[in-house]
Amino acid sequence: MVEVEETSKFMFAGLSDVSISGDIAVEGEINVPVGTPSQDKKYSTLDEPVKDTILRDLKAVGKKFVHVMYPKKSSALLRDWDLWGPLLLCVTLALMLQGGSVDSKEDRGPQFAEVFVIIWFGSVIITLNSKLLGGTISFFQSLCVLGYCIMPLTVAMVVCRLVLLGGSWGFSFIVRLIVVTASFSWSTFASTAFLADCQPPNRKALVVYPVFLFYFVIGWMILTFSPSA
Amino acid sequence: MAANSDFLLTFQEFDSSESHLGGNGDATTISIEDTGAGSHKPQKQRRSAPVTSFEEDNDPLANDDKTELLSGQKRSAPFWTFEYYQRFFDVETHQVRERILGSLLPWPGKNFVHLYIRNNPDLYGPFWICATLVFVIAICGNISDFLVYLGNPQYKYVPEFRKVTIAATAIYSYAWLVPLALWGLLVWRNSKVMNRVSYSFLEIVCVYGYSLAVYIPAVVLWIIPNEAVRWFSIVVALCLSGSILVLTFWPAVRDDQPRVAIAIMTAIVALHILLAFGCKAYFFSTLEVKHTAVDAAVDHGTKSSPTMKMHRTNTMS
Repeated sequence: MVEVEETSKFMFAGLSDVSISGDIAVEGEINVPVGTPSQDKKYSTLDEPVKDTILRDLKAVGKKFVHVMYPKKSSALLRDWDLWGPLLLCVTLALMLQGGSVDSKEDRGPQFAEVFVIIWFGSVIITLNSKLLGGTISFFQSLCVLGYCIMPLTVAMVVCRLVLLGGSWGFSFIVRLIVVTASFSWSTFASTAFLADCQPPNRKALVVYPVFLFYFVIGWMILTFSPSA
Repeated sequence: MAANSDFLLTFQEFDSSESHLGGNGDATTISIEDTGAGSHKPQKQRRSAPVTSFEEDNDPLANDDKTELLSGQKRSAPFWTFEYYQRFFDVETHQVRERILGSLLPWPGKNFVHLYIRNNPDLYGPFWICATLVFVIAICGNISDFLVYLGNPQYKYVPEFRKVTIAATAIYSYAWLVPLALWGLLVWRNSKVMNRVSYSFLEIVCVYGYSLAVYIPAVVLWIIPNEAVRWFSIVVALCLSGSILVLTFWPAVRDDQPRVAIAIMTAIVALHILLAFGCKAYFFSTLEVKHTAVDAAVDHGTKSSPTMKMHRTNTMS
């Protein structure tokens, strides 16, 4: 046994500067560290009550809403993206924008499916555009940012509907115009604050313009919404 | 061995002088294809010169290959990858701005493709100019209808959303299918008659896309319900964008038989006129309000609204 060890030591003499402390025990027990229960619970959320799961997601969505309200250059929106918020906002906006008279099929406002398709299809096109221009943002991160930044426009829609209760034209139109303009520029500014950093500097305007067009069209749909009598 | 080195020496001398000229970028290389190539090649090679200058002494042949690869389009990525489409968006903000301005101001001597596109056709301009035009037409059509009906108590304003889809179909098919047909036609004529100037499909799409840019301010002017203003703006827009197309495609067809050349140019201009007037007629209609019966029931106290028939006539006068 000792001779074998001696020869092995001789063969591997060149490895003596490699720090192998003494003999490597190949017998005996192999100690595997037992996973502590707290570490286990962090990764497996299967056993928690449903309320916790829902609340956690809601908190994440709410935190992102706050980020959109006060757009600073933070990466929290980009890092943990989720599409719950955009879905919620899109469905709310589409439900509120649904309108038009039922008697004539020709002249009517946008229907739910049209608004839905415009928002999602428009977001996908803008994301593709920014990626083709060499942006470093990922596909779903961009969808997340564009979707969350619709929030000022949704708030404007709620305000417009309330204002429309008091009449369609004249003063209410001025108020609606101001509200929609302010929220549309807020949306554009907020999404630019998040998206513009991911672009090469000589192409920023090329990426910002489609975002401007997207929110302009949505703002136009909100402004021209007239409730069916 | 000595003969070999002599041979190598002479061969290398010839190549090094040529690639030296090409790699420096000071001298213009003139190719036989078209006259525009001489102006753009030094620009491309000037871009590649800092990269390859240190390699020039080592391997002049590789320098030549590299400039060829860098000046031409990289055809290495297959069409199902993302990188294949990324090279169509290889433009910067100032380039897009220059191309749009160049399409607004045609000049008889300047070819739009050679001056602005310069072997770097992009899909950004055509796509987003068409998208902007679609929405501008829909929005301005809506506004102009509202202004025509203004003061009319019977009119209930409805945002006609269907118009957006119709406008999108019309404009996108014009901007993409007509270049496809024109490119096929030019390729077919090229096989019969040797033309000096030939365009790739993307360059034709670029020209058509950027030529539609002048319509955006024209459509905004169409909001004004005055017919004179509308006619003036449509004529000016047609002249500007039509002349861009004519100036671009005339060098490509003038070597052909005169009848065929005239036929192609007439078709291009006719389709353009059709698009402009079709959009104006469909989206911006003039009103003739006819009062068929006015109820005098106000005296009798009965509540019935006066009936008015409104004919939306798409007249062009």
